[in-house]
Amino acid sequence: MYKYDQYDQAMVDARVEEFRDQTRRRLEGKLTEDQFKPLRLMNGLYLQLHAYMLRVAVPYGTLDSRQMHALADIADKYDRGYGHFTTRQNIQYNWIKLEDAPDILADLAKVEMHAIQTSGNCIRNISSDQFAGAAADEVTDPRPYAELLRQWSSFHPEFVALPRKFKIAVIASETDRAAMKLHDIGIRIVRNDVGELGAQFYVGGGMGRTPMIAPLIRDFVPLDQLITYSEACLRVYNRYGRRDNKFKARIKILVHEMGADEYRRQVDEEFAHLLGQGIEPPFAELERIRTYFEDPAFKDRLSDTVDRSDPDFALWVDRNCHAHKQAGYVSATISLKPVGGIPGDASAAQMHLMAELAREYSFDECRVTHAQNIVLPHVEKARLYALWQVLEENGLGTANLDQVGDIIACPGLDYCSLANARSIPLAQKISQRFAANGKGDTLGELKLKISGCINACGHHHAGHIGILGVDRKGRENYQLLLGGSEAEDTSLGKITGPGFDEDGVVDAVEKAADIYLARREDGERFLDTYRRIGMEPFKEALYGQA
Amino acid sequence: MKILTGNDLKTGAVVWWDGTNWSLHVEDAIDVGDQAEEILGREEAARRVNASYAIEAMRADDGSVRPAHIKDRVRALGPTVRPDLTLKPADPEAGNWVI
Repeated sequence: MYKYDQYDQAMVDARVEEFRDQTRRRLEGKLTEDQFKPLRLMNGLYLQLHAYMLRVAVPYGTLDSRQMHALADIADKYDRGYGHFTTRQNIQYNWIKLEDAPDILADLAKVEMHAIQTSGNCIRNISSDQFAGAAADEVTDPRPYAELLRQWSSFHPEFVALPRKFKIAVIASETDRAAMKLHDIGIRIVRNDVGELGAQFYVGGGMGRTPMIAPLIRDFVPLDQLITYSEACLRVYNRYGRRDNKFKARIKILVHEMGADEYRRQVDEEFAHLLGQGIEPPFAELERIRTYFEDPAFKDRLSDTVDRSDPDFALWVDRNCHAHKQAGYVSATISLKPVGGIPGDASAAQMHLMAELAREYSFDECRVTHAQNIVLPHVEKARLYALWQVLEENGLGTANLDQVGDIIACPGLDYCSLANARSIPLAQKISQRFAANGKGDTLGELKLKISGCINACGHHHAGHIGILGVDRKGRENYQLLLGGSEAEDTSLGKITGPGFDEDGVVDAVEKAADIYLARREDGERFLDTYRRIGMEPFKEALYGQA
Repeated sequence: MKILTGNDLKTGAVVWWDGTNWSLHVEDAIDVGDQAEEILGREEAARRVNASYAIEAMRADDGSVRPAHIKDRVRALGPTVRPDLTLKPADPEAGNWVI
């Protein structure tokens, strides 16, 4: 994985000292909150319901064991013994003291981490496929390109004050595991007919209050023009994005209002101009970055079989392990969604354990997924049973990846100052319901996503079943959505009808699942059945006949 | 009744105006009547509180104070999904007060 060079380290160290000085001035009263707030937000420090919250960037979700140990140490030393992995492959701490924040950033800098650009109207953490560099179906490892974009976008002077925040995802396979088309820019690296690699650019997607699927703006950008084309996309947005209205300021609104064809024309014009400016980083820099992402020392001629005699283990293999490009290996996902648990939360002890398992079983590497789980990307099949046993002993062996219990949930009103309703209790009740009635094991792939407000951090638009929490006359109320997907078959969920209270929406999810079980045909997922039979049967079950 | 709340500048902890100081406990909150703006201005300037604001609340017969909006009740108690981290970790029913 990437290692900081002297410039990276110097920049991060300088930022720590700058923020230490700013914090001191705030505590001494030399800065007002109005003056200090944008400065702390630039360093990922929010003020949430119960305390300050620090969001730490995990570039494209990749961590080594030293970094995961450091995250656990921060949870123990400065927080309340846990952290929350987010849908942007980051980690958040919920109980941070302002006076500790500079020391935390200093601790992060020691392990080549920071919280820069995890807030504010700038280019946020670049996300990617959690199986990058391991997946059997990728055309190349997308991470060197994500890293190149990270370096380009870090402190980019032209893009530190965009109309709104800006999110980029990079993948390199037909299968989309990063919700690529629901980003401001989604990049898919592809191979053309003559074997050259290039980038498809999808621009203007997003969730939030106005969800949109990004249209394809360019179907093949040569990779030695990746940064130049990205810059052109940003420049057009920076020039015409709606700074007059926060709710219309994302690039999706610009592309929608301008039209994809006109946006494409303007980007092409800017691209042609920029190509003459020589802004693309030298090829040697990309080569330098690539060296950090070379394959680890995989063993050859390993057995490709797994002893499935333990049925619980076999179930976990089937559900939580993903095909690897190297024979004899798999990528194993550690579910942070135990039945009744808080999605994405991990205790310091669990983080330390996962760090050790990454070191012992996965070439010192782990990944945070946008679905709030942790991946060990390179595990020998022959050692999988031993790994699973350790996970089981420590409450991390839940076999539910992409099942109804593998719920994405934002922190909701239990933690977030923007939320209108709680998300986590719903996730807990739904996973408990489907575990208790046994239906969870019969449903197959069913992606359920919960947001506590319209900002959609819980990706409710993209859930096969989505839930949106709203404030209805001072009481929590929940809208149900069906039919969303953030995979390669991207679609946006539709609201079923009137909302439900907390217990009512749990019942409603079960009723929707029952319709699927009753109506599904061979091989159909919940989403397939919904798409075939439409909304009406579900509405009838939920609300009765009109 | 109208009560005042905010966050401690150094720690971020949720606090409530008790008439002379900022308390961690909502039951200490007093009705500030029409004095909210004056008190908040003074206290923010003295850096005794951060991000402060006035809210509506009700005083129950037993004397307890209940903020009108669920968001402030969550702030007053702590996360309902982590009773161990609330101000009433020994009371398993405390979360019901929020709803």
